[in-house]
Amino acid sequence: MMHQPAVSVRDFRKHYGSFVAVDGISFEADRGEIFGLLGPNGAGKTTTLECLEGIRQPDGGDLDVLGVDPSRQPRKLRNLLGVQLQTSGLPGDMTVDEAMCFFCAYHSVAPRPDLLERLGLGQKLKTQYRQLSTGLQRRLALALAIAHRPPVVILDEPTAGLDVGSRTELHSLMEEIKDEGAAIILATHDMAEAEKMADRVAILLKGKVVATGTPRELTATGSGFTKVSVRTEGSCLAGDVTSLPAVHQRLFKEEYAIYYSTDPGPTVAAILDFLKARDDKLIDLRVERPTLEERFLEITDGGAR
Amino acid sequence: MTAFMHHFAFEFKAGLRNATLLMMNYLFPLGFYVIIGLVMTQINPGFKQLLVPAMIVFVGMASALLGLPGPLVEQREAGIFRTFKINGVPALSILVIPALTTILHTLIASAIITATAAPFFGGAMPMHWGSFIGIALLTVFSFGALGALIGVVSANSRATVLWSQLIFLPSMLLGGLMMPLNLLPKSVLAVSALLPPARAMQALQGLAFGQETTLNPAVSVGVLAVTAVLAFGLAIYLFNWDRVNQVRRGHPLMALIVLLPGVIGIFLG
Repeated sequence: MMHQPAVSVRDFRKHYGSFVAVDGISFEADRGEIFGLLGPNGAGKTTTLECLEGIRQPDGGDLDVLGVDPSRQPRKLRNLLGVQLQTSGLPGDMTVDEAMCFFCAYHSVAPRPDLLERLGLGQKLKTQYRQLSTGLQRRLALALAIAHRPPVVILDEPTAGLDVGSRTELHSLMEEIKDEGAAIILATHDMAEAEKMADRVAILLKGKVVATGTPRELTATGSGFTKVSVRTEGSCLAGDVTSLPAVHQRLFKEEYAIYYSTDPGPTVAAILDFLKARDDKLIDLRVERPTLEERFLEITDGGAR
Repeated sequence: MTAFMHHFAFEFKAGLRNATLLMMNYLFPLGFYVIIGLVMTQINPGFKQLLVPAMIVFVGMASALLGLPGPLVEQREAGIFRTFKINGVPALSILVIPALTTILHTLIASAIITATAAPFFGGAMPMHWGSFIGIALLTVFSFGALGALIGVVSANSRATVLWSQLIFLPSMLLGGLMMPLNLLPKSVLAVSALLPPARAMQALQGLAFGQETTLNPAVSVGVLAVTAVLAFGLAIYLFNWDRVNQVRRGHPLMALIVLLPGVIGIFLG
């Protein structure tokens, strides 16, 4: 049987006058997958999402959401897609429960008070949208986006402005939606979030996809160094230890010897041998891979250029 | 409850909840009515004949021309229409439902005026109640349509105020609300005949209150009806989801077509 992705973008192009916003990008997202769309400001993320949402018309290429062309079949798209916009616009006078009833009615489904309760809005049902904090407004936007149980969910900066507890709750909700079989397109500037949540990511730069793969694949292919931090009882590594293999740079900070290694295996083995030879006792050893953020900055040449 | 009913219920409640809309729908027109009822009927007892039609037209102007367009522009600018579009709210509902709820608020305020004008201020009552109700409905429908059109074509909130005042202020001065049209110079009367509020006044005075009119009241009914249909049609045709999407089916100046019935009306009387 032929593989049918939930979202398929092929050779998609969009320009505004002479400015090319998106220049022939392609990617696919499957059901039960969180697909991260990353890129600096102006990379073309929002334009791509807006064309998938049917808000804008593409200038070329093919967009497909579960067999539906967003620009030609907007009515069919509505119940397939749940969207949390970056700036979630709701009328300021609308109360939380009114918003839930209003949007569920337009999707022809029953309201979901359980979702409002889950997202901490249970005590705010009669509160008007403009009186909610930014965090609560974003939670409400998310609740409205998924209330009709859409098979494809687009989240544009879903955790921006949220506190740690709310982020954790929202991440757990995203996992649940994914486990129920929905495809999630996650556009975010938060690399830690993308690394934690996304199964695969695409990095956009100046309207092109410049890297795609799992976060682990992307971080593995970069020229970034693995950070090896060691703390010992006798601080024998505080001196000038030059014999360690694959070490690009070293420094000593707050009782930790820190090594940036191109090949952490031999480096760690050599450190342990060195400690044994000096009869020093290991207190703490940490090996940290290059992060997606570091790889992102490397790919995008600083993120903003 | 259907999506339409949820939307209608929300918009109706917003007309009471939102301080600006509450002001335009009730506080400003009813406050003005009380002041005019107290002062004008004392200064000029003849004004009692004009009190009810003038204040009904005034209520319609305040809520539909001054109150309705603002939220439409603000919602478009705030990206609320985008959220609506993504969730399948049709453009027709976005325009028609606020217009209908504004019309309902206007009718409630009009009913308050009609019920209190005679006992409190000695205002004249209609001679033909059927015509009165029909023309009052037509008046608020045409004003609601004009308000929706202003909301659609205004580039921003400041432009909304400008367009609304462009109809509101001349209508107050030349619409026959404060003084009969027959007192105006003939050259100015042509401008009055272009204004829907002046047509509404003439239709109410002639066909509902049995008073003498300067403009033909039957032609005035026709002008109001065609204006209502044209304004709604143009509002739907020129509707734009947000300020980012510049693709519009026609230039905003197309809205001036709405003046056509008024222009033709000048020649018909």
